[in-house]
This record gives sequence, C-alpha cells and structure tokens, in this order.
Amino acid sequence: MMMILGIPAPLLFGQLLLGVVNGAFYALMSLGLAIIFGMLNIVNFAHGALFMLGAFTAWGLLNYAGIGYWWALLLAPLIVGAFGVLLERLFISKLYKLDHLYGLLLTFGLALILEGLVRNYYGSSGLPYRIPSQLQGAQNLGFMIMPNYRGWVVLAAIVMCVITWLVIEKTSIGAKLRAATENAPLVQSFGINVPLMITLTYGAGVALAAFAGVLAAPIYSVNPNMGANFIIVVFAVVVIGGMGSILGSIVTGFGLGIVEGLTRVFYPEGSATVIFVVMVIVLLARPAGLFGRAH
Amino acid sequence: MADAMLKVTNLESWYGESHILHGVDFEVREGEVVTLLGRNGAGKTTTMKSIMGLVGRRAGSIRFKGEEIVGLRPDLVARRGIALCPEERGIFASLDVTENLMLPPRIAEGGLDIERIYTLFPNLKERANSPGTKLSGGEQQMLAIARILRTGARLLLLDEPTEGLAPVIVQQIGRTIREIKALGFTVLLVEQNFRFAATVADRHYVMEHGKVIDMIPNAELERSMDKLHEYLGV
Repeated sequence: MMMILGIPAPLLFGQLLLGVVNGAFYALMSLGLAIIFGMLNIVNFAHGALFMLGAFTAWGLLNYAGIGYWWALLLAPLIVGAFGVLLERLFISKLYKLDHLYGLLLTFGLALILEGLVRNYYGSSGLPYRIPSQLQGAQNLGFMIMPNYRGWVVLAAIVMCVITWLVIEKTSIGAKLRAATENAPLVQSFGINVPLMITLTYGAGVALAAFAGVLAAPIYSVNPNMGANFIIVVFAVVVIGGMGSILGSIVTGFGLGIVEGLTRVFYPEGSATVIFVVMVIVLLARPAGLFGRAH
Repeated sequence: MADAMLKVTNLESWYGESHILHGVDFEVREGEVVTLLGRNGAGKTTTMKSIMGLVGRRAGSIRFKGEEIVGLRPDLVARRGIALCPEERGIFASLDVTENLMLPPRIAEGGLDIERIYTLFPNLKERANSPGTKLSGGEQQMLAIARILRTGARLLLLDEPTEGLAPVIVQQIGRTIREIKALGFTVLLVEQNFRFAATVADRHYVMEHGKVIDMIPNAELERSMDKLHEYLGV
C-alpha cells in the first residue's frame, strides 16, 4: 500500500476529501453570512437554522409532494430564501439603526425558535434522505475511493461559489451591492432602491444556506441541530476570511476544511479545535482577517 | 420671470434630536447656477441632503417642477431628476473608475453618453480601470461630477466641489461647471469660496444658523462685498 509521511494514502486522501467536503459547506455557508454582514451589517446567527430548513424543505418536498433531489436543489433555496425575505421585512429591517448586538440577539432567538419548532414536529433523532440514484456508488481513483455524491457536493459548491463571486465582482448588480456596502445612503440617492436591494440580498444569502442544506441532506441525517453544529465553525471561517469578504469566505472555507481534514489524520485530538486555533493566530496577526479591510 | 424649477419653502430638518434647518427659503430657476454661501455649520450641506431626502426628519416644502418631494425617499427624489455630487465626493473604493461612473442608473433621457463624458474629462478615460480612490483629488471630483451627468437628471446639486483642491484644479472645476450650464443643466452649488462662486453663478443665497438670510445676484456681488465679508467672516 502506498504510504505518504507514514500514513496510508487511502486514509490520507479519504480524510482530505472529507475535509474538502466540509470545506465546501463552510464556504457556502460563510459566503451567505459574508454577503449578509457586508450589506446589512447583521451577524446572522439564524444562518445555521436556515441551512437546516433547507435540508428539511428538501425532505418535505420528497415526502409530502414526491419532489426529488434535483428539483429540491432549485426549489428549497427559493422557498427558504422567500422565508428569509419575510424574516428581513418583519424583524431584521427594524434593527438597522441599532447596535450589532440587537441583530445578533434577534437572529439567535430566531434560530432557537426555528430549531425548536422543527424539533417539536420531527424529533431530534434525524430523518433519512437518500442520495439520488444518479450519484450513488463510488469511483476508484487508484489512491482512494471517492463516493460520487461527495464529489458532486464539492463540484456544486465550487460552481455556486464561483457564480456568486462573479455576480458580485463582475456585474453591475454586484457593483451596486459593493457600493451600497460602502455607503448605502449615497447609492440610494442615485435612484437605486436600496431597501429592496437589502431585502433581496438577505434572501439570496439565506438561499445559499438552504442550497448548502439540500446538499448536506443525504450526507448528514436531516435533523434540527445540523445547522447549530456548523454555525460556530462557520463564524470562525468568516472571521478568519475577513468579515464581509466574499473571496475570503470561499478561500478560507475550503482551506480550513482541508486543514481540519489533515489534522484529523496527523493529530486527531486537535481536529475539533484546530479552526479556532487558526482563528486566534489570524486575529493576532491580522485583526481584520486574511482578506478583510481594516476600518 | 420663469417659474422656479426648485422651490424650497420654510424647510426645517433634524439629525436625531438636533434641529439644523430653521425655515430655509430659496428657489432655483431652470438653467441657472445658484450658490448657497455661508460659514461652516450654516446648514448648506444639510440643505442639499434635505432636498435629496438624506436627513432624518424634514418639514416644510420642497417643490421640484411643481411636484412636492419633501416626503419622498432618496431614490424616488433622484428618479424625479435631481442628482447629488456629495461633499467628500463619495467615490467607492471597491469600484474602479468605470464602475463608479456607470453606477447611477439612467433616470431620464438627456444624460451625457460615455463618449461625451470622456471628451469632457479625458483623464477618466485614461484611468478607466483604476480603483476610484486611487485617483487624485481633482480627478475624483471630476469623476463625481461626471457620474451624475450620465443619469439624465437636470438639476445637479454640487456640494463644495472645490474643497481641498489646488487652484489650477479649482479653475478646471469652474470651466466644467460653465460647460455644464451651457449644456442646459441647472446647478445648485454649495461653496465657501465666494470668489470661485462669483465665476460660475447667476445668484447667491447666503445662509446663517440654518436659514437663508440674503440673496445677492452675481451682478451685484462686487457692490455687496462688505456685506458678504461680514456674513462669511472673511
């Protein structure tokens, strides 16, 4: 068996793949968080719960309406994104002129309510969601076995991250978003409906979380806590990448997933904490994060 | 006398609990360049922001082309045909020159096309792909003015466009404002530098303590120098 640094290659690459898969979720989740923070200045603690709602919506579409994975990948983000729009209009929009702490408390409360409601109806043991037939099985790459679905998750996450980055960096809508992040009143005085843009941005950020939730449904059991398990790590990713930085979220998400995977191989005891160690080091060296702009 | 394009009557404005404007009255006729002169803190910039809807609370009346706009959101004010070039220029650091230029949407026919803008401001064409905030102060001011010429707005609010600029650049800004006027735009200009204002404006309103206290036609400016020195404390 091929060995690398004294570690069997299949084990090393298996953990590396797991790291990249986790990194894909970190990137997608932190991308939504970064967009929302950049535009709304809201630390969206409900993001994990909305990720979970994405997975539950996919499960519900399948079990109540017979709608399978591929349509759910489109419909669940739209449904949960629309729910996000409602949340923004009803609650979050009332907080823009207040301190960050209010937004954090509100979204944390919303997360608890959403998780509690889902737990009440579906329990906390988790519900199964099958991998779509087209993505079952695995590929033998010689140095490792790669499950098709995990490969798909990484590919889908990369494509979604690139599309989001292109929209924000290379389109006129993205230019308006970036400008509004810097000086929203001035952008509004140019005749751009900034309140509507803010609402739709929140909806889009939430839709990204729901998209990640649908991707996660066949890998993790669909359960009310699946978002809460992610959200703390995802916040660390956002802080390391630089609050509000789109590129920072993507690069750091995948990067930290890989770091976590490698730590699981070389020092398993440290795998649960390595991201937070990195966060401390980065904050000491660059308080604005790797890609953030110091204010 | 032509009807006023912009008529501000008894305008009051607040930032939070601070009462800034205490009943401002003035008007701007189509095709004019009108300045608001006054010392720091007289309420000139707040008047501009109040017209655009960028202050917390307003009372009184702002009529634009006969329509009351005092209760409108900033984007709806802009859509009526008013554009603001703010103090500090408002150039976006994350956008390059072209993106800054193309940011405001066209709200009406009659805006300058990009080629015409580059003819007026050749430096901007050369620096099209530079980040907006990497331009010199004068170039940033040109960009801020060029940006609103594209939109089709016919009333331009220019807030201290000469602030902090070298004399040669100030002359250039003056030429630009005269060209803008020749193109048929109407301009409301906030200035502290009345010598500059005299080279471009038709009339001057003097503000003090959140009110307009005098109006001086440009033709009478020379004769009103003593009074003006007293108003402005220069």
